[in-house]
Amino acid sequence: MVGIEEKGIKYKDIVKKIGFPTIFIGGFWILILIAGGFLGISIATLISDTIKRAGMNGILVLAMVPSIQSGTGPNFALPVGIECGLFALVCAIEFGFTGWAWLFASIAFAIPLAVIVGYFYGKLLNAVKGSEMTIATYTGFSVVAFMCLPWLMIPFKNKNMGWFIGKGLRETIQLDAIKGAQKLNDFLRFSLFGENGFITFGGEKGIIIPTGMLLMFFLCCVIVWLYFRSKSGIAISAGGINPMFAKSSGIDIDKCRIKANILSTIMGAIGIIVYSQGYGYAQLYTAPLNMAFPAVAAILIGGATASRAKVSHVIIGVIIYQGLFTSALPVANILFEGTDLSETLRMIIQNGIILYALTQVKGGDK
Amino acid sequence: MSDNLLSLKHVSKEYSGNKVLKDINIELKKGEIHALIGENGAGKSTLMNILFGMPVIHTTGGFEGVVEIEGHEANIRSPHDAMDYGIGMVHQEFMLIPGFTITENIKLNREITKPNLVSPVFGKRLETLNVKQMNEDTRKALDTLDMNIDEFLPVAGLPVGHMQFIEIAREIDKTGIKILVFDEPTAVLAESEAKNLLNAIRKLSRKGIGIIFISHRLDEIIDVADTVTVLRDGEHVVTKNVKDTNKYEIAQLMVGRKINIERVDGSNKNIVDETILNIEDLVVEMPGERVKGIDLSVKKGEIVGIGGLAGQGKLGLANGIMGIFPAKGKVEFESKKLTLNDPKAAIKSGLAFVSEDRKGIGLLLEESIESNIAFSAMQINNDFTNNFAGMRLKDSAKIRSHAVKMIKDLDIRCTSPMQIVGSLSGGNQQKVCVARALTLNPTLLLVSEPTRGIDIGAKKLVLDLLKQLNSEGMTIVMTSSELAELRSICDRIVIICEGKVEGVLPPDAPDAEFGLMMSGSKHTEGSEV
Repeated sequence: MVGIEEKGIKYKDIVKKIGFPTIFIGGFWILILIAGGFLGISIATLISDTIKRAGMNGILVLAMVPSIQSGTGPNFALPVGIECGLFALVCAIEFGFTGWAWLFASIAFAIPLAVIVGYFYGKLLNAVKGSEMTIATYTGFSVVAFMCLPWLMIPFKNKNMGWFIGKGLRETIQLDAIKGAQKLNDFLRFSLFGENGFITFGGEKGIIIPTGMLLMFFLCCVIVWLYFRSKSGIAISAGGINPMFAKSSGIDIDKCRIKANILSTIMGAIGIIVYSQGYGYAQLYTAPLNMAFPAVAAILIGGATASRAKVSHVIIGVIIYQGLFTSALPVANILFEGTDLSETLRMIIQNGIILYALTQVKGGDK
Repeated sequence: MSDNLLSLKHVSKEYSGNKVLKDINIELKKGEIHALIGENGAGKSTLMNILFGMPVIHTTGGFEGVVEIEGHEANIRSPHDAMDYGIGMVHQEFMLIPGFTITENIKLNREITKPNLVSPVFGKRLETLNVKQMNEDTRKALDTLDMNIDEFLPVAGLPVGHMQFIEIAREIDKTGIKILVFDEPTAVLAESEAKNLLNAIRKLSRKGIGIIFISHRLDEIIDVADTVTVLRDGEHVVTKNVKDTNKYEIAQLMVGRKINIERVDGSNKNIVDETILNIEDLVVEMPGERVKGIDLSVKKGEIVGIGGLAGQGKLGLANGIMGIFPAKGKVEFESKKLTLNDPKAAIKSGLAFVSEDRKGIGLLLEESIESNIAFSAMQINNDFTNNFAGMRLKDSAKIRSHAVKMIKDLDIRCTSPMQIVGSLSGGNQQKVCVARALTLNPTLLLVSEPTRGIDIGAKKLVLDLLKQLNSEGMTIVMTSSELAELRSICDRIVIICEGKVEGVLPPDAPDAEFGLMMSGSKHTEGSEV
């Protein structure tokens, strides 16, 4: 009897420590993988895709950490940062950069732009304390809508980006044309259990590890982690948990919130550049509209709450979320073979996970 | 069988082992005005919660004893039951809807209705309002109170005094109201309004309604009440006929002698005749604790106590100086002008504050002891940090060794410096707050309610700690609702009443002096302040 009781307590502790949503979605993912195995889908491909997509989305999810820590909630206005990144990316193409130079130029252009935009976005959030999440969501939507104008009206000349007839930028810009596609992914890329046994550098079979992209993701993680161990980062966290406490210690909370949202916007901007090169295309116009929700869902599944988030939540969350998403689709396609449901299923799965994650939001005790 | 309207017999109540009411017996006759007086925490609110069957009573295990109404035992399980028994309450804060008219407010949820075309099908809830009847009823209630305002006016924009009367009108409009409780009804009223209110109360009592009148204004009690019951620390001290007593006696009974924390007069006092903190005409907008112009000066090396009843502004003083609530006025610290409304400037100049709101402002409950202790010093003075790649990172090793030292010095009982503060006991949490303040190396420490919510043993430890810090040369301004603890360690005690300094007393002044000053009755006597 005693043994069982002890086990019961331990089991509860474990669930509490990891968080129920994480276990639930994680368990579901493993089930799907097993189902996929039985249906004859290559597990190696599923895992490769998962790693690739996790690497692509990682920095976008990381952008949630500063905003959550500062008390402004998950950054639903991620498109603000994304548009900064896209604008920088497009400018870098326009100035004729290609390959690695294009990638670094994009990031170099994106950061100052994101700092300025993030500053004003932070100011906006300070003006609407108490309803940050709603305002952020609509700020994101508005910015995307607004940016459709410059995409059309700024007279970019580079023919890699324009429509073949008429003015303005294309909806989807192929990065192959400027040798930008998979630049990071292919850096030190290797595969496990591929052609030559355990490790094959540059291999195409087995589990493919996009080393460069993962290194970039981890570098950003380390920067954010270090920042939240700094004086300034600790002030932001304290302001997020207990504004009165922070105030009584002489901290300017509004300034902290601005700092955090600048950081979040920068991460959004860098995130979309890394995402685009991994995807091989830069998507303009309405594409960034729905990029905030998967990122929010991922960090929540990773164990964050609306008021507390850690870098570990980002890593766990992005892997589980992207894992489930990339694995569920091929499995569902086989199960519903013959029907033309794949796009519908993709929507249902993605939005289902997001909805579930959002219902698990805790905290936000203001 | 007696002619008692209400009798509380042997009522006791405990919250998780902590007795807050001990064997209270109160009897209320028809038409009697019964005053209830006591310091904060004496048990007045708990007693009223029992009378109104508030959920907080029943979710914490109910109470002992019997409540009888008109000689029959009453089982009041909810505020709704209380209403059915004819018990009404006039709240201290107005519970009125500003956009509604007086009639609508008074009749809310008790509207008089008449059937219409759809109501036979959809039920009583959809019947038409009988506005005429409702207005007439309201008129009657208002007339009872000699109120000559129109019942169809909206409540928004009415003077505060009128709102109070509307609250009362709502209660007396309820049919079968027998007992009416007034909870500090004059606290927010101007003098003339208060006078009107007292007249109305008298009038109601002549109609045979039994009235329980909670107030700390002794003059009012002497003026209006027939009987007075004094509560102190949950005990029923005495019930007296007002004719047989006077306000000095009531004041003395209210403050009384409590568990005496022995006062040992330190011979090693080193108060220097040098003003370290000088406050002139300080106004602080702290909700519920407004300060309306305080002048005070503190000498180097002394412990100044700030006392007074809740809501009078004693807590606002420290919060205002530290910039936590908006303040204006002139504060000089170490002969330099202190920038108000800027916590950072206050801390930098050598002030430190231990807040009365330990869990709200004082601590990051989900963080470790060491990060709590180091936080302020790190933010303000760049202590415990080192530079790394342009970022000022926290120096965990330095924080750890400092926390270990503090834990040892202040005797904080914990498993390790990494323990989460929220899991500590109240007394130890308080010590963490003090440790955080001390880490700033302040020259003057402001401590508010240092012993709130901690047990007696821990109280003594915290007070001893303050005394020890003082003997090492730190000037301390301690704010507390517990007079006994102020008297045990302070060199002089400043009593705050209605946002102003009512007077300054030595710790060994008689109880009655304290009682009178706290209830603001001193100045009406025309005596020296």
